[in-house]
Amino acid sequence: MNAVSFRDLIEDALRGHGADYCEIRIEESDSTRLTYRGKSLEDISRVSVRGGNVRALVEGGWGFVCFNDLTGLRKRVSEAVSHARSVGGDGSHFAEVDAHLDVVEPTLIKDPGAVSLGEKKRQMDHYNDLVWSVDGVQSSDMVYGDTSRKIFLCNSDGSYIEQTRVHVIARISAQARRNGDVQQAGFSIGSAGDYALVEGLDEEVLAAANRAVSLLDAKPISGGEWTAILDPVLAGVFVHEAFGHLSESDNVAENEKLQEIMVLGKKFGGRHLNVVDGAAMPGLRGSFAYDEEGTPATRTDLIREGELVGRLHSRETAARMCESPTGNARAISHGYPPIVRMTNTIIENGEASFEDLLEGVDKGLYVKNWYGGMTQNEMFTFSSGEAYMIRNGRVEEAVRPVMLTGNVFTTLHNIDAIGNDLAMNQGGGCGKGGQMPLPVSNGSPHIRIRSSLISGA
Amino acid sequence: MTDALLEEASKRLGQAEVYRLEVESRPVSFESNRLKEISSAEQSGAALRVICDGRIGFVSTTNPDIEPELVDRAAGLAEFGSEASFEFPSPADYLDVPVFDEKVQEVTTERMVETGREMIGRLREDWPELLCDAEIVKTWGRTWIGNSSGSEYSYDQSAYQAFVSGQLIRGTDILNVWAGHGSRRSFGDEEIERILSEILRQLEFSRELAPAPSGEVPVIFTPRGVHGTLLGPLMSGFNGKNLSTGTSPLTGRSGERVFDEGVSLFDDPTIPFASRSRPCDAEGTPSRKVALIKGGVVCEGLFDLQSAGRAGTSSTGSARRGLASAPSPGASVIDAAGGDTRYDDLFAGIEDGLVVEQLLGAGQGNELGGDFKANVALGYRIENGQIVGRVKDTMIAGNVYEVLNRVEGISSEPEWVFGSARLPAVRCTGVRVSSSEG
Repeated sequence: MNAVSFRDLIEDALRGHGADYCEIRIEESDSTRLTYRGKSLEDISRVSVRGGNVRALVEGGWGFVCFNDLTGLRKRVSEAVSHARSVGGDGSHFAEVDAHLDVVEPTLIKDPGAVSLGEKKRQMDHYNDLVWSVDGVQSSDMVYGDTSRKIFLCNSDGSYIEQTRVHVIARISAQARRNGDVQQAGFSIGSAGDYALVEGLDEEVLAAANRAVSLLDAKPISGGEWTAILDPVLAGVFVHEAFGHLSESDNVAENEKLQEIMVLGKKFGGRHLNVVDGAAMPGLRGSFAYDEEGTPATRTDLIREGELVGRLHSRETAARMCESPTGNARAISHGYPPIVRMTNTIIENGEASFEDLLEGVDKGLYVKNWYGGMTQNEMFTFSSGEAYMIRNGRVEEAVRPVMLTGNVFTTLHNIDAIGNDLAMNQGGGCGKGGQMPLPVSNGSPHIRIRSSLISGA
Repeated sequence: MTDALLEEASKRLGQAEVYRLEVESRPVSFESNRLKEISSAEQSGAALRVICDGRIGFVSTTNPDIEPELVDRAAGLAEFGSEASFEFPSPADYLDVPVFDEKVQEVTTERMVETGREMIGRLREDWPELLCDAEIVKTWGRTWIGNSSGSEYSYDQSAYQAFVSGQLIRGTDILNVWAGHGSRRSFGDEEIERILSEILRQLEFSRELAPAPSGEVPVIFTPRGVHGTLLGPLMSGFNGKNLSTGTSPLTGRSGERVFDEGVSLFDDPTIPFASRSRPCDAEGTPSRKVALIKGGVVCEGLFDLQSAGRAGTSSTGSARRGLASAPSPGASVIDAAGGDTRYDDLFAGIEDGLVVEQLLGAGQGNELGGDFKANVALGYRIENGQIVGRVKDTMIAGNVYEVLNRVEGISSEPEWVFGSARLPAVRCTGVRVSSSEG
């Protein structure tokens, strides 16, 4: 089936739907993945997905139907509308967005689709050999993946959008073991459409392998409150977890109490704190032209000079809260309805140099890189991949990686200095509502947090 | 052979395996106390795994138009694939494991909506300020596995799940509680009652906030706490892949007493109607009960064909997969033996301690080494043998290999956790607790 007949098919199926709003989304994707464990390649796979969904809104109730078999689209539309009608509600809230007719091609720098499988394997074999060249390495864990995903979106506003995105990711991790003690170190990277990003990583790979081995000798620190300096990668994960998730309005739109807490103008941090999110920043993993409801990408100020000034919306949450849609309704695949998600989330540059941040820290931790993070309302946790003692303003020996936790209402206030060296973390994927990993990026300069609750090893 | 794809692949490439899945589900979901969405979801597709010149290639698609290309694709991948350390299994006898209940499909959408309304209504009777979400899902489908060694097997499966959560906001304190159950059988009032009483108990224990204890205090992991804290790092140690590469701390320790003698743990996919039970694993190896730990002694690991081949052992029937991923070993239904202490008696003699129900961010640390560390999403302070309130802004850290050697009691009543694991509560020491001083 080619694109032209898709369009006819979809537009025809939507005719006479009888809902307040209705959309059809068709997805075609092709992914290649290489995984390594131990000395050799473990799995090599290619997966092609085709599927679609229909979503309908009637009187505030939603119906959602998803499928792999694309025949009988009209029936799927009726089914979704009938589901929505059974749900019903207090009337539909759904912000208007101009109709768009558009075909969005990916920005490809070095197209992973044009690189042969043999070359991808040769590159990863080489990294695996590098990991194993380091004395003391017990095992390695590596993933390379690329995906090309084309979405056809047609909705009852009259929008018809074809959008293709290409993602490349690589995760490299080395493990070292002594007796029962296993330590690991690694890193993740990603790009929107540039294979070159996974080339030329020799230095980083060797450093990770050496780090894993040296962690066996690193001492754990004791848990408690510490002054922590976060590198841009970990600070990016921090802003995503600590604040980003609470700015997603699906939690807030029908929650009066949370609306009182998350009222615009509320002070979240010092005047030096500025946070933005937006898919309209080009070339990042969370970038796109339209979200899954056909809303053009924007750039949204979330915190300006320490005050809450905005939040992330779908068309429904925007209408419920009488604000404007921000283009943050995203779905990981055709199997899910779009929900409010982050895109590229950033703490903007401050004025401090790294030396300024270190100055005056008699005893603290320099935490870098990441393992992961999670949020539940106001509480969040995130883990460093590396940690170093700071004494008298100097970064000293490595200690075991740590987990940091905090509370959105206090931790952002405890950021007392923000660096001037913004860098992006493109290696992450976000999970919410069972939809994982959604491509996102986050970024920050180095930041310093006072009284950060840290769990020892 | 009845499958054209398998026939073609076997003819051209020699060894091949086809996995087909067809699943339908009907989720009904509630948000902010009201019915929000009714869905129908259909998923279907095929995966092909081949061994060609001793190397493995894996491809899959949900697009029937692409199926004719799969054999070529798989051959192209196998050229670069990993060396196979196994052959596809020959036909075998399968246990009759009941995993399909035709009544699941018959549950009406109206009934599911009604169940959601009842659950939310009941919770809000006692706690009118509670903001609830709920989801009730029925699922049914068919799995088919066939290979070039002559195995062909298919089975129908069903699932029914109910889940409800509540949020309570006081000032800037946000409390979240949730509970749910899943089974391959449809269920009714009795299970719903259990879900509700679990949430009501969580709310009751959380009525007051209490300062967290600090340092190394006795900790009681509820069955859910065991599930969320200890099971992850433990299963990573028993995973055949980690055992075959030597990264598991349990490598080469079979027969050794590594844990407290009260600890016995099985993976049993043959339990009738348990959430992840099945007659055979994702490679067609018959299901059987696998002893992981008996009386503290390490027994078997969880192996699929490839990891077993690499480790020089045989598959334990522990392969799992989705449509889009090659088989990989993992647990199905974890079943742990109870101890000899009644749950309520676990609290006896604890002057200062912590109950852990739910963690936030577990699994981020060095899980492979047995470490766990996370924020306590739901946990309670114990003072003089009594729960005095819920703790906040608290972290715990420990190592499962250490903690399960410092067991002070195991409850005599294992409970189903989300329908996929049956676990007792465990009281132990060796967990470090830290919290913010403010």
